[in-house]
Amino acid sequence: MTAHDPQQAARSNAPTTTYLYDAYDTAFVRERVAEFRAQVARRLEGAMTEDEFRPFRLMNGLYLQLHAYMLRVAIPYGTLTARQMRRLADIADKWDKGYGHFTTRQNLQYNWPRLVDVPDILEALADVEMHAIQTSGNCIRNVTADHFAGVAIDELEDPRPTAEFLRQWSSLHAEFSFLPRKFKIAVTGATHDRAAIKAHDIGLRIHRDDKGEPGYEVIVGGGLGRSPFIGKTLREFLPREDLLAYLEAILRVYNRFGRRDNKYKARIKILVHETGIEAIRAQVEAEFGAMDRAPFKHDGVEFARIAGFFAPPPYESLPEESPALEEAKRANAAFNAFAEVNVLAHKTPGYAIVTVSLKPIGGVPGDATSAQMRVLADLSEKFGFGELRVSHEQNIILPHVKKDDLFALWRALDAAGLATANAGLLTDIISCPGLDYCALATARSIPIAQAISRRFADFERQRLIGKLGIKISGCINACGHHHIGAIGILGLEKKGQESYQITLGGDPSLAASIGELLGPGVSADQVPDVIEHLVDFYLAERRGEERFIDTWRRLGHARFKDVLRREGEDGADI
Amino acid sequence: MTQLKNPQILFASDLRDGEVLFLGPSGWARDHRQASVARDSDEALALEARGKAEIAANRVVDVYLADVAIGAGGAPEPLHYREKMRIKGPSVRRDLGKQARLAQAGEPR
Amino acid sequence: MALISDGNFVENDWRHLADEEDLPTAGKIIVSQKRLGEALAALPADRPLGVVVANTTDPAALAPHFSRLALISVAFPSFADGRGFSLARLLRRAGFTGELRASGRLVADQSVHARQCGFDTIEIPTDLAARQDEAQWRAALGAYSEFYQEGYGVRSSILERRRKATS
Repeated sequence: MTAHDPQQAARSNAPTTTYLYDAYDTAFVRERVAEFRAQVARRLEGAMTEDEFRPFRLMNGLYLQLHAYMLRVAIPYGTLTARQMRRLADIADKWDKGYGHFTTRQNLQYNWPRLVDVPDILEALADVEMHAIQTSGNCIRNVTADHFAGVAIDELEDPRPTAEFLRQWSSLHAEFSFLPRKFKIAVTGATHDRAAIKAHDIGLRIHRDDKGEPGYEVIVGGGLGRSPFIGKTLREFLPREDLLAYLEAILRVYNRFGRRDNKYKARIKILVHETGIEAIRAQVEAEFGAMDRAPFKHDGVEFARIAGFFAPPPYESLPEESPALEEAKRANAAFNAFAEVNVLAHKTPGYAIVTVSLKPIGGVPGDATSAQMRVLADLSEKFGFGELRVSHEQNIILPHVKKDDLFALWRALDAAGLATANAGLLTDIISCPGLDYCALATARSIPIAQAISRRFADFERQRLIGKLGIKISGCINACGHHHIGAIGILGLEKKGQESYQITLGGDPSLAASIGELLGPGVSADQVPDVIEHLVDFYLAERRGEERFIDTWRRLGHARFKDVLRREGEDGADI
Repeated sequence: MTQLKNPQILFASDLRDGEVLFLGPSGWARDHRQASVARDSDEALALEARGKAEIAANRVVDVYLADVAIGAGGAPEPLHYREKMRIKGPSVRRDLGKQARLAQAGEPR
Repeated sequence: MALISDGNFVENDWRHLADEEDLPTAGKIIVSQKRLGEALAALPADRPLGVVVANTTDPAALAPHFSRLALISVAFPSFADGRGFSLARLLRRAGFTGELRASGRLVADQSVHARQCGFDTIEIPTDLAARQDEAQWRAALGAYSEFYQEGYGVRSSILERRRKATS
């Protein structure tokens, strides 16, 4: 029984904290399932060829990968209820192989569905207000948002109402379903951007004008992949009531003028780069001016309706400090480590934000078994109002945990292998599935993550090193976001072998930067050594509270390159 | 007819369940050891032609030839590491994919 | 070629005029874009005229001729090339009220996209029509009861319906 079953009484600790479907939303996802069921039938009997079917298969999240199909389930703005998490576990058991993979865009991937079962899987998702709509294809994808939405101390406004507003607007958009390429939007409403908005086709930063009216900085043309770009500001301040119209103008310019001759030059970042931001701005503003804006004039009403769902849960009135928590930390060193590393301050006194790491030492980053998913669902209900988040760092967040409950939560997580105290540390590695699963990959990524994780398993050492984001991609498409890792690793093919290029200095925050290449590619077994040399150098040179990225910025890339050159003098091919 | 640089086998994916398939003498096999091996360009073209017919019959997708070496026991072993992955399964989950089926059958991987 | 209107296969009373053919004295003809000037000059104002245009056409180039054009056919070089949908929107915005036709290898599943963007008819090659029969086109057109986007199609959007329900 949860808040998502209007026919059933809501549990006292499962209030509405996220969007609930109305009859229109429900009808839409059901119709989508029926449409896809018919499309699969027509494909199997040959009424549709594979070329004709592919865009529609992709627009329902279904890829053909290295060993099997892969289904990417949408988790809008990374928010899940306990009931939805249980359903994801059930689907894993019934139609897949008992596990799922949480992705760098806050979605979930199943690696072994059969095409013939996917309509039933989509039906099972629709039952709990979930879907796989537009998680692939040349259309507008899942709108991602800050995984600490609603609870972060530095938040100005919860980005999720905006994300939900855009999710609906972009669903089956008649004009923008056959774009030159994929289109990704991210929203942040906090001082610190945890959604990497400058690495998206459109990034939206919520802020207010000097009259206090809400609106957005609109950033366009960010993206990783073969040619990474940091997004540029299109509009410093766009009033909220103009959001849909303005985005329509941007999409129309992109749909009309984005390149279609070369798949690797088809994103809006290339259009912005080749045309120039001023020219693009002129085109967008001209289109925005020429549009009939009458259809949008009541958007504020719908926005307010949506925003109403994202109310805070009924927090208790608690003191900021929890003596029980402090006592538990004193008594238990392992719990103390978890509390120091995986727990963050919450807006509301007496509460905390918990990161559940899906990066156990030597494990597959981002994977969770169905049993673990059920544990997470149960724990979210017991300790967190039945709400979970998926971060683009491939971890699960419990956003509303009482400090008094942290120790009990940790013990339950620990029993389920979910208490790795490495959030934001070196072994909290972001990695795409790579050549172990992905048909696009040029090299494996997961074993690299595992080897680095095992090399740096010692938690004392990790705490000493501090925050260091390692991101690994198994090909140039950069789904592991390696360009914006403090240490980025890109797996390529060199002379018939897997080869790994290392970059330094990437940053996903508002101080966005793309990593710089360290040197020629190295073999898989050399990677942990290289990381170790880099880390040792950083530890020797750092000043004060500098993170790895800070030291790198201060000393410059050349100093780090020298480290590898020196290490390579004994003949190693670095 | 010309000699091939390497012998070749034909890979495909099953339309209905997405599993990797190999074209054998009497149809599609799920075990690469049962794949027909083309040793010259005529044989390779014939394999491709059969594969394309199977695409048109809506049974498979993504048909292509891959270079192999003939291993001990006569089995065709792919040369490129990508196809080496495809005949086995994920290297990080040895309990999944074709390698698991082989293990279950008590065969060496 | 087969012509789809509202999910039904219908008779096509328009004829594509080959560039090398003389302009006929009667009949509804669709000329290529480069022959439009010639056709406008040669044909009387009351003759229904159609033109087939590239999906990269600037609507402003056609707008002066709207009153003479009964039909504009937008070529889709590939069904996955969605520029025609934006062009249809822009042609309607510029005031074209005649028949808008999407022409190419569109699949039945694009019926709603075409309709919502302002197309009246879809013209597809015969081989495609053989595989994608009328039942599929009709089913595709009825696949969705409501849409989220404002200002598309003729029915009000989900957002408008929600607002009306509460007001």
